[in-house]
Amino acid sequence: MLDFLKQPWSWYVAGILIGLTVPALLILGNKHFGISANLRHACAACIPANIKFFQYNWKKETWNLFFAAGIVLGAFIASYFLADPAPVKVAPALLSELKGYGIQDHANVLPSELFSFSALLTVRGFILLVVGGFFVGFGARYAGGCTSGHSIMGISDFQVPSMIATASFMAGGFIMANLVLPYILRL
Amino acid sequence: MSDQQNIVAAGKAMMQTDFEVHSVDAERHRKPHQKKSWPHNLKYAIVGVFFGITFTKAEIVSWFRIQEMFRLQNFHMYGVIGTAIIVGAISVWIIKKYRVKTIHGNPIEFHPKQFNKGQIIGGVIFGLGWAMTGACPGPLFAQIGAGFLVIAVVLISAIGGTWVYGYFRERLPH
Repeated sequence: MLDFLKQPWSWYVAGILIGLTVPALLILGNKHFGISANLRHACAACIPANIKFFQYNWKKETWNLFFAAGIVLGAFIASYFLADPAPVKVAPALLSELKGYGIQDHANVLPSELFSFSALLTVRGFILLVVGGFFVGFGARYAGGCTSGHSIMGISDFQVPSMIATASFMAGGFIMANLVLPYILRL
Repeated sequence: MSDQQNIVAAGKAMMQTDFEVHSVDAERHRKPHQKKSWPHNLKYAIVGVFFGITFTKAEIVSWFRIQEMFRLQNFHMYGVIGTAIIVGAISVWIIKKYRVKTIHGNPIEFHPKQFNKGQIIGGVIFGLGWAMTGACPGPLFAQIGAGFLVIAVVLISAIGGTWVYGYFRERLPH
């Protein structure tokens, strides 16, 4: 059983479990799935700076911070007790493309050439981690939600704005991965 | 004017574009809010634990899976998101059709979203960031839990991006 759990899980198992998060949160307390809201709560709690957007009672949204803390704990459990020792399988085309940029590590889910404290001091590492992170936070709030709030919760409720947002997420991702990232990775 | 009224007034004056934060809705402020202690939030942490395990074991936290998705090299992420939407949609349909209530007996509410340009402009910016970091906000938390402490930098930067959006919000096209 444990060996079975240690293998990488298939897309349909993951999809079903993630999909079930929607009714779980609704039935537990009329809560709507949306993780990036926690970034706004962090601003409201720590650095509201008299900005109207951060003037609200974030304490009413504590449930979501607990949810995020649960994600951290769950990931810890999965990676320390259910870890798969085999390297991460990567599509051969991607693997050979990355090799051209000097990225060969696929022992784990993030390549250490890009995602480590030493990589943070390289130009491409800084751009990916710091600028990329900024875009994720800025864009998610500007769009009014992220992959969980729009793509899963919103589309599950057949909300057209969420479908538009999701199409925009994908458009941005396709542009970055195919047209821009090759230049960043060469830096 | 009390602080609470100030918050309500600010919420009313501000266009609602953020559909993930319901305490901003003026409607919600009218309801009596029961003071609850923190243990009742533990159930959400338990859901989060299952979610975090799934994210990690299905490699949704992997930069490689996200790159493959945007290069059309692997069906995995499309399968995950597609299945999640189907399961979510069936669940929402059942909840609406049978008027399922919460475990506390309260009605489950849905809030229609309005279109604004931010969903496109912000959406594209989010997508750019998603392909760079290989993580949307859920996986960010999961990557930190999985021991990639450098991702805390990405998370802080994402919080910074959220703050900058809040600062310039009134001047941005919506």
